[in-house]
Amino acid sequence: MKSIIERIKQNKFWQFHGGIHPPEQKTLTSDKPIRQLPLPKQLILPLQQHIGRQGDLLVKVGDKVLKGQALTQSKNPMAVPIHAPTSGIVSAIKKSVIAHPSGLSELCIFIDVDYEDTWQPRKICQDFSKLSQQEIIKKIADSGIAGMGGAGFPTHIKVNTKPDINFLVINAAECEPYITADDLLMCEQSEAIVDGIKILDQLLNPAFILIGIEANKPRAIKALQHATKNIEKINVCVLPTKYPTGGEKQLIKILTGIEVNSGTLPIHSSIVVQNVATCFAISDAIINDIPLIKRVVTVTGQALNKPQNVWALLGTPVSHLLEQTGFSSEENTSASNLPITSSPVIMGGPLMGFSVLNELVPIVKTSNCILAPRRTEMPSAFDGNSNEVECIRCGQCSDVCPSQLLPQELQWSAKAKDHQQLIKLNLFDCIDCGACAYVCPSQIPLVQYYRVAKAEIRQQQQLDIKSEKAKVRFEARKLRLEKEKIAREEKHKKAAASRKATMNKKSSDGGTASSAVAAALARVKAKKLANNKENESSASNDEVELKEESALPSSPNEVQDEKSEVKAAIARAKAKRLAKNKVSPPAEQTTAGEIKKVETSSNNADDDKKIRIDAAVAKAKAKAKANKEHVIEDQPLTSIEDEIEVSPQAEDKKARIAAAVAKAKAKAVAKKEQAKQLKSTNKESE
Amino acid sequence: MAFWIASSPHNHNQTETSALMRLVIYALLPGILTQWYFFGWGNVIHISLAITTALFCEFIALSLRSKSNTKKLSNQIFDGSAILTAILLGICLPAVAPWWISIIGAAFAILVVKQLYGGLGNNPFNPAMAAYVMLLISFPIQMTSWLPPLTLINIDLGFANTLTTIFTGFTSDGYSVEQLKTNIDGFTMATPLDTLKTNVGQGYIISEIVQGRIFSNNSSTSLGLSLGWEWINIAFLAGGLILIAKKAIAWQSPLSFLLSLFVCSFIAYTISPDSSASTLFHWLSGGCMLGAFFILTDPVTGATSAKGRLIIGALAGLLVYLIRTFGGYPDGVAFAILLCNMAAPLVDQYTRPRTYGHDVEKVSISEAKPIKQGEVK
Repeated sequence: MKSIIERIKQNKFWQFHGGIHPPEQKTLTSDKPIRQLPLPKQLILPLQQHIGRQGDLLVKVGDKVLKGQALTQSKNPMAVPIHAPTSGIVSAIKKSVIAHPSGLSELCIFIDVDYEDTWQPRKICQDFSKLSQQEIIKKIADSGIAGMGGAGFPTHIKVNTKPDINFLVINAAECEPYITADDLLMCEQSEAIVDGIKILDQLLNPAFILIGIEANKPRAIKALQHATKNIEKINVCVLPTKYPTGGEKQLIKILTGIEVNSGTLPIHSSIVVQNVATCFAISDAIINDIPLIKRVVTVTGQALNKPQNVWALLGTPVSHLLEQTGFSSEENTSASNLPITSSPVIMGGPLMGFSVLNELVPIVKTSNCILAPRRTEMPSAFDGNSNEVECIRCGQCSDVCPSQLLPQELQWSAKAKDHQQLIKLNLFDCIDCGACAYVCPSQIPLVQYYRVAKAEIRQQQQLDIKSEKAKVRFEARKLRLEKEKIAREEKHKKAAASRKATMNKKSSDGGTASSAVAAALARVKAKKLANNKENESSASNDEVELKEESALPSSPNEVQDEKSEVKAAIARAKAKRLAKNKVSPPAEQTTAGEIKKVETSSNNADDDKKIRIDAAVAKAKAKAKANKEHVIEDQPLTSIEDEIEVSPQAEDKKARIAAAVAKAKAKAVAKKEQAKQLKSTNKESE
Repeated sequence: MAFWIASSPHNHNQTETSALMRLVIYALLPGILTQWYFFGWGNVIHISLAITTALFCEFIALSLRSKSNTKKLSNQIFDGSAILTAILLGICLPAVAPWWISIIGAAFAILVVKQLYGGLGNNPFNPAMAAYVMLLISFPIQMTSWLPPLTLINIDLGFANTLTTIFTGFTSDGYSVEQLKTNIDGFTMATPLDTLKTNVGQGYIISEIVQGRIFSNNSSTSLGLSLGWEWINIAFLAGGLILIAKKAIAWQSPLSFLLSLFVCSFIAYTISPDSSASTLFHWLSGGCMLGAFFILTDPVTGATSAKGRLIIGALAGLLVYLIRTFGGYPDGVAFAILLCNMAAPLVDQYTRPRTYGHDVEKVSISEAKPIKQGEVK
């Protein structure tokens, strides 16, 4: 720090890389005083004239407003209020073209001026040194002060930092050609500016205050030196004229030699930079209780008869300013290949300003110049960027870049839309000063390519963030659905198990509920079967017996108790029926005997295996019988179904469930039989 | 008021690429004039042939491409880049090379080396040098039949004679190119560089070799280095210095090229003074100054950063010296430059300057240069 201060005292400043020396053209307006303009008919006030959010409306259509009355307010710190620049009636609140390069429309308040200029009551502050820090910041916020150098950052946020910073830098450089607004303000209002600086001093308590001013403003330098001669802390530093000395980062480097790290703010290096016009507005607000309602605007260019600096009320349409300074539009007569038919009007300087889309665009807090050039004065403003040739890689652009970038390589990557390479080449360190495009021999609109590329990259980053969030949500949802599925399955299993348990619970007569249900079903089934199968021979039964023994090994497939019990019950019932009808005693006796065996053993729930075997035997018998009868293909199925339908009337819900299960199983069995029959018929037909 | 949206900046310093090219062409004129004085009309005729072919080829290529862009064709053809390439090629050719050499060379340079790679600003190799190398390798006899300066030729070689030699291979009296090259004693005369190389190879020492007529001719205008060629190189040096003064080219490449040639010849001289030529000989012979100021500084094919240009220049100097001393060809400027064009993208990648705000710790405050207090007008 010490070395920096010593060098500043000796006026040995640093320099930044690059920079250009365009023709200054400041003499058009620098020797005339600031003019007061007559009131316009209507004021158009955009709700947002700063970086941040717009405030909430306090007035509605038809309200009468007084000069200095607040029109918006907000609790949000990034919102800066706007005030009525003169008294009048709010005639409309609607979208209108704003002062922005895009030419888009935003919400604006239209005030019809009543030409009476009535102030709202104000309170003059006699001694601002008695105010506390919080009071000052609140006053600055309520007065709607934003950075007036061009960026429009809310001032109350910028100065709302812990006191005892290293440097307070006042930006009086005004490096852009044509603009003399700050120059004239300093000549005429240097005392008020110094008052503003004192207020900032009280707020921030910097170790040093540096006013950076270019050498092409001799009268302003004298005025400032005179106004600050009694204040030790303030140093008026005269810098050589170069564009863009007035850029925040470049000014810091010149005055203190410190480079602000990329992506950080100057406050992180303990430096605060403020424009002189903002200082003037601060002093007006704190001392005179005047909110930000007007500013100095340089209206210049050779297409005007009387170019001059003016005090313009915020919200004045550009047409009013041009009228008052005698704008005469050039008509395009002979040159046919030029796309422009009349004079352009630029808001801002020639290097960083934007062309104004229509005459209703209003002056806002950040407008410092209206430029109306002639074709001979500024031929490239009339071209519409149609002269672009291929880049010949001459390197003049990187020679002049104040951020030490490589505009040539940025341009290749921007044309190729190679976003990775652009970020690697530090595209976002570009300050849009326009020096590269100014010197390019191939007349490539470099800044335009960078702006488009920056917008594309920002948009892509937004989309990436959104897709990341969507991905996280999707993953969470997937997890949740899976969990729910598993929980559902658990529930089903539990319910099934509990059902099974109740089904298998032993009832009073020794058999389980399921077996009772199965027995009832089987009885019904057997009845039907017996009705259909009265004429069976004993020979078939013998064959069946033989078949049974060979079929026994296949029985172990039957594992489930229900199946075997159902089958056993069917067999029992059948046998009973057969016995009743007295058909083929020996076979029946054997079958009856077997079935009795099955019956007795089925009553004993411990002999599951026996039951299974017996059931298998019975099943095989029944199968064989069914196979013999070619005709009765469908009947067993339907008969079983009918029998099952009859049974539920006497049983409870569990029986019904068991019945459904048995039905399904019988269907499967019948299907198998059908298939087998088809197979056998196919074989026979072959 | 006009109602359209234009992007800043709205002002421009009104320099144009074609103006840059024109300036370079003007700076070549002293060298061309000197060449005409010493070697006759041959190169001037070649330059004219090359310009005609180049413009014709450019017209063909741009017409084929004009469906996609809307710029006026005449603006593009006459923006000076094709003419400049043709002039550089014409200067490099031997004075009485056949007419089809320059036509093939110019067509190759424009169509293949420049337009096939994308047109203006997109060619990786210098078109004139690439075409020269192609001709040298494809037609070695025609490209190495260098005439000695006019004062040493016994046969009168006026404009008409040169014209007929170029177009027919014989003068109007019937002398062939070979006979033009032979001096009274019956030895064919080669260029100074060629002579030096062969004689060193045969074992002569430098001080003996430079006594030859091809080097000094004992005339009052000779510097005693290489007759004719020395003045041509001085003329190109003058043109190059004018370009640097006008900020049309960067000074880093020529300076480091000449410096590295100096260093190489100095080292060689300390090692073996009798068989190494002096630095001034190297600087003022062959295509050294032309290459240093007009070809190495071609912005399209050179490096972009200052550090990169220094590296490329040094590399070129080293390669020229190596090819001249150890290589097969007497003059290595064309090959060295092509090799450096190949190396330029890699050099660019590794010599990017530090951006403002990055790696700040590496920059100390003491490094920053102080400036004088701004003068109050």
